[in-house]
Amino acid sequence: MTAQSSRFILICSGKGGVGKTTLTANLGIALARQGARTAVLDADFGLRNLDLLLGLENRIVYTAQEVLADSCRLEQALVKHKQQPNLALLPAGNPRMLEWLKPEDMRKIAAMVGEHFDYVLIDAPAGIEGGFRNAMAAAQEAIVVTTPEVSAVRDADRVIGLLNSEGVKPIQLVLNRVRPKMMASQEMLAVDDVTDILALPLLGLVLEDEQVIVSTNRGEPLTLGEAGSPAARAYLNVARRLLGEDVPLIDPSQERRGLRARIGRLMQTKIF
Amino acid sequence: MTLRDLIDKLLGRQPASAGMAKQRLRLVLAHDRSDLNPELLEQMRREILEVVNRYVEIDMEEGDVSLATEDRVTALVANLPIRRARPSPGGSRVERSGEDRPRPTSSPISS
Repeated sequence: MTAQSSRFILICSGKGGVGKTTLTANLGIALARQGARTAVLDADFGLRNLDLLLGLENRIVYTAQEVLADSCRLEQALVKHKQQPNLALLPAGNPRMLEWLKPEDMRKIAAMVGEHFDYVLIDAPAGIEGGFRNAMAAAQEAIVVTTPEVSAVRDADRVIGLLNSEGVKPIQLVLNRVRPKMMASQEMLAVDDVTDILALPLLGLVLEDEQVIVSTNRGEPLTLGEAGSPAARAYLNVARRLLGEDVPLIDPSQERRGLRARIGRLMQTKIF
Repeated sequence: MTLRDLIDKLLGRQPASAGMAKQRLRLVLAHDRSDLNPELLEQMRREILEVVNRYVEIDMEEGDVSLATEDRVTALVANLPIRRARPSPGGSRVERSGEDRPRPTSSPISS
């Protein structure tokens, strides 16, 4: 039966392109590195990409579809990561599965995976329709990813409303692609603005980082290597917080030094 | 208001956009969360003003009914400046009849 301690975590955002799949891949690797047996479930059957970001696209033989149809065992479908054997991917099936897949099917798959892993990360599709609802059915808690942009925050709010109505909790926030310089000149929503509006606790703050693109090109998540880049550090910190460690959040305004940064901070002083 | 906002104002520059983003988001989320469209909200505003106007004299132009949201709770906020109380609970029909003379509340209203 399902291990009591397994955690089923949905990673979702509403809006596409804000970094759900990148977070899932990096968090999966980071948790596995910390010794947690971790499975990542690609619940985006329409536009699957988790395999690609993990560099596992050539090793897929079976998918969730064959597991559900009983035409293979779960162990045959799970793709173990080469460098990080604590991590396995359950690939999404054929997009045609969307026509018949039900929330019960996702629940069944997740429960099967949960028997073998401590952490089950479910990469939700963008949107709030059927595919998202299926993915949500398999989750107990959620991480909402957003960026400091009006459209992403608005869509995140819709998703949070749905998660609340389904009783998924806790719901925590990862604020992605933060640009400290723009925040300093008040041309980007501040961290507090976003957490106030969405009323969620902040699980992580990820700075905009070109290395993310480099790592996706290679199919090697940043958290595989040494935590050199800002985003890699941020993802590792998210994993450590999930594991219960008390890691302080970075302050974007302190990320920049020098006179210009100090003037920028002075300009943000509330005068009335 | 931050120091930057003040300097922008003094120099007549466009204000920094983050403040606008926050303001626009708050408004749009209040509507998203309540599932009220603008027409319905406008109709509700007019009806609320009419009801209130029966009891107290208010400025129909100034009256503002809007949605505000904080901590994921949406509230209907009405800001209705009262010019003066109506002389009787009878409403506008008896508005001009009594000057400042107090009328007994139980008096029947003739139509």
